[in-house]
Amino acid sequence: MVDRVVTGAHYGLRDWLAQRVTAVLMVTYILFMVGYLLLHPHLGYDQWIALFSSQVMRTFSLLFLLAVFYHAWIGVRDVVMDYISSAGMRLTIYVVVILALLFYVIWGVQILWGM
Amino acid sequence: MSVFRYRLNRVRLRLIIWETAMNKKRPIHLALHLIKLPLSGLVSILHRVSGLLLFLALPLLLFALQYSLRSIETYTQLLTALHYPCSKLLLLVLLWAFLHHFCAGLRYLAIDLDYGVELATARVTAKWVFVVSGVATFILGVWLW
Repeated sequence: MVDRVVTGAHYGLRDWLAQRVTAVLMVTYILFMVGYLLLHPHLGYDQWIALFSSQVMRTFSLLFLLAVFYHAWIGVRDVVMDYISSAGMRLTIYVVVILALLFYVIWGVQILWGM
Repeated sequence: MSVFRYRLNRVRLRLIIWETAMNKKRPIHLALHLIKLPLSGLVSILHRVSGLLLFLALPLLLFALQYSLRSIETYTQLLTALHYPCSKLLLLVLLWAFLHHFCAGLRYLAIDLDYGVELATARVTAKWVFVVSGVATFILGVWLW
């Protein structure tokens, strides 16, 4: 009988796939950003703010941030799962990480739409 | 490390894994200090280290994004703050973490698509991850300073 722990693995193909999908999404956004910065080598504040004032850019930036946060959650969870042996400690770290990432989501929206 | 101690550690590691498997205690927790890694293993563990570093740096990066967008004053403040040697050093570490994570991640995506699965190719691509991320970090470091 396998001893199931609440913070154990969830045998997740879904997480495995999500990690790859979010990775591809991030690569796309990063390549766009690098391309933009290479095309505008003397980027000033005005151009920077103009780029982020378009709704399309804000939406894609938020999508990028969400991909980062979800990717980070899966990654950190896997690392913690492998090296922290106490279930209580794992649960504590998971809760802290989830709360931090949720806070970052709200913060990200505020940054992009509150400028 | 002497060959003898290395062998002994390998035996201890196998014993730990075997005992864990026998007891069916899952998930299995690895004894990091007993493991001697091949090059692709080094890519893998640094993928984890760099990922963790980037996760820890998220609030700083969000602050930077916020300061760059909020107003011309905060934008200038951010640029001034980035001129300090210590922030440049931190930026360089994060750049390395990002570049290594990026390159190693692309390698894993390729492996998932069945490219570079054979041992010889996997070793070569592992080397390329270090070369590309190292050179890119160096170039960006020079450009930063």
